[in-house]
Amino acid sequence: MSTKSRKEPAGDGAFSGSRRDFLKQSSLLSAIALTPGPMVRAAEDQWDEKFADVAEKIPVTLEVNGVSYSVKVEPRVTLLDLLREELHLSGSKKGCDRGQCGACTVHVNGVRINSCLSLAVTNEGKKITTIEGLAQGDQLHPMQEAFIKHDGFQCGYCTSGQIMSAVALVKEGRTQSREQISEFMSGNICRCGAYSNIVKAIQEVKNSAI
Amino acid sequence: MNPFQYTRSLATAGAIQSLVKEPQAHFLAGGTNLIDLMKMGVVVPERLVDINPLPLKIIEKTVSGLHIGALATNSEVADHPLVLQGYPLLSLAINAGASPQLRNMATVGGNLMQRTRCNYFFDLTMPCNKRAPGSGCGALEGYNRMHALFGASDHCIAVNPSDMNVALVALDAVVHVKGPKGERAIPFGAFHRLPGDHPEKDNTLERTELITGVTLPASSSAFKGRVHYLKVRDRSSYAFALVSVAAALDMEGTTIREARLAMGGVAHKPWRLFSAEQFLKGKTAGVDTFKQAAAIAMQGAKAYQYNKFKLILAPNAIVEALQTASA
Repeated sequence: MSTKSRKEPAGDGAFSGSRRDFLKQSSLLSAIALTPGPMVRAAEDQWDEKFADVAEKIPVTLEVNGVSYSVKVEPRVTLLDLLREELHLSGSKKGCDRGQCGACTVHVNGVRINSCLSLAVTNEGKKITTIEGLAQGDQLHPMQEAFIKHDGFQCGYCTSGQIMSAVALVKEGRTQSREQISEFMSGNICRCGAYSNIVKAIQEVKNSAI
Repeated sequence: MNPFQYTRSLATAGAIQSLVKEPQAHFLAGGTNLIDLMKMGVVVPERLVDINPLPLKIIEKTVSGLHIGALATNSEVADHPLVLQGYPLLSLAINAGASPQLRNMATVGGNLMQRTRCNYFFDLTMPCNKRAPGSGCGALEGYNRMHALFGASDHCIAVNPSDMNVALVALDAVVHVKGPKGERAIPFGAFHRLPGDHPEKDNTLERTELITGVTLPASSSAFKGRVHYLKVRDRSSYAFALVSVAAALDMEGTTIREARLAMGGVAHKPWRLFSAEQFLKGKTAGVDTFKQAAAIAMQGAKAYQYNKFKLILAPNAIVEALQTASA
């Protein structure tokens, strides 16, 4: 596993290890005298002290497609925006941005979710898989191959979300019938109406996996 | 989304203290409703207290029934063997709601706290007593197709959107909460409230109280054999209910020993049909009996300009749910 770090401009040491070590080594009185209010509150209210400060940005370390990233983000940044804007993984799409269309579907710790409704900061330590992480080099994932073979898309905007959802669906075993596939793919909207071909692609992958 | 401060909470007592100290702080669990509301500007917290690290995810058998931790996700609950075996109605209701992705994120506690999907609540340019007390109810004389039939007031005719809640009220669940003054248990039927003069209050939870879990009594597993959750909506999946019915029957031959019935999409709270349940007790299962029960359930229903169709849809849904459950 490789590691990438998006460094912030120098001078923002609010969360640096040295300061935290200093806090731990100091006497209680001097710690209170030298640290801002939030650190005191962190102790009182049993917060994870890393996040107690009122800094604009919060450090997050997470793994995306096998690569570890350490970044600092505003609390309001969603996982989708972190992936697209900071990590430049623009395969996950922003459709409705409200959890209604499924274009932003990614896997977090192996489970499919809407990345538009997940704050990046709540993904500390988690393993994310996006559409960019499915292929092994030039070898496409079987679901990607099947979508191409069965024409499971037209404009393609929903496709990465559809494929991420479909991969999870097969893993969940919700492919017993056409009806079950439709029901458990209902969180991914395709406005071109490629649904029947998407179902065919999923059925092919399911059958070849047996 | 407005900027806010973020705190990751490591202990329940500390999480509660955070809300005691800051009137504009909110708990964050799955976020599927709250983050959406924050993007729309309907809810504008100054701090989010992330409770996800708290140890409230456990689903386990207890002496009195089944305990479900507040942070268990919808998917974890719906797929759990103990739920499927003893309380299949709950699995059916959960899987009728939202999408697989959302069910993987949304939690039990969050589901109890889910706000209404009334369009006037979401539209900042419209009056809404729930969002902005005193501003009026846009739905009362507006486009009220999705709105209530029972228990509404002149201040609010919104409905509770949850499917899970409908099953939980039918199964006599109990909500366990913890606050600065200690712990208490709230019967599910007393957790959500009718709008009355204070539609801004969805439930009886204090602002600084945290839901820690829900328990299902062992007695409610008597209904495990004959249950159905019927959800009628504008498309076949992934839409909020126009009307939904949770039906559960405990039968001896064709005789109904006891019935549980509740409706969603018709009131400000999950709507338990006590008088229809009482009527069904001791009766022989059959469509005529079910029609009479539905007529009793609909007593006192009041429709508005665009939801009159629910006056026909709802009793028909009750009959169909009972037929399927009894079959």
